[in-house]
Amino acid sequence: MPRLTRWALRLALVDLMLGFTLGGLILCSKGSEACPPLWSLRALHIELLTVGWMAQLALGVAYWILPRYAGGVRGASGPAWAAWGLLNLGLWTAGVAPALSAPTLLLAAGRMAEALAVLVFATQLWPRAKGFGT
Amino acid sequence: MPTLARWYIKTSLVWLLLALALGVALFLLPSDLPAAALVPVQIHAFVVGWITQLIFGVVYWMFPKASLERPRGSPSLALAAYVLLNGGLVLRAVGEPLGAFDLPSGPWLVASAAMQWLAGLAFVVNTWPRVKGP
Repeated sequence: MPRLTRWALRLALVDLMLGFTLGGLILCSKGSEACPPLWSLRALHIELLTVGWMAQLALGVAYWILPRYAGGVRGASGPAWAAWGLLNLGLWTAGVAPALSAPTLLLAAGRMAEALAVLVFATQLWPRAKGFGT
Repeated sequence: MPTLARWYIKTSLVWLLLALALGVALFLLPSDLPAAALVPVQIHAFVVGWITQLIFGVVYWMFPKASLERPRGSPSLALAAYVLLNGGLVLRAVGEPLGAFDLPSGPWLVASAAMQWLAGLAFVVNTWPRVKGP
């Protein structure tokens, strides 16, 4: 596995646990008053599991496993690292904005960072989705 | 494909079918039935039962070997994750509607939350050493 994939997958596993922890506490609070009602963090729970866990894992695995260019290279690594950073910055910004009662602008900024990250990843991965010998 | 990976993948397909069937049922059931109790069950059947479980199964099958002696890490941990994840989902599928009918649902939901959290932990602990370089 390349270094970027290792970082993305490890962070995806961390996000899975954080997302499950928030989800578990929210579900527990529906069944018991002993659990803290963390409904304000529901958006972060969703963001961690959809973007942090699923999307990050899928992009990390795609970067690792799609056919490489001649010479075994995976393309310029700089943009891919930048996209990975943007994705994580975006998910936390979009995830915490509702809990902070932050302006819609913050939520929009988070979503834009996520979208830009996926655009860069897609641009990187697009030419590598190809047939054998092409 | 190892036996446990087949269980994960086949069970994920069952949850996908259940999630879609529940989506249809929400339209067909009497309108006085509290849909709010079934919507979270449907969403989690889809996102946890289908997508996350499919990922668990494919990761268990295809990620790099942990070691020559134990290529897929601990089979007991992987089996525990499978049992806890599905047990937790079933408990939630029972508990949420019970709560909607003012029947005692607390223990079901708290147990469900704990089981799914432990399933995530077992998966992460078993997968972490398999995220590694060449």
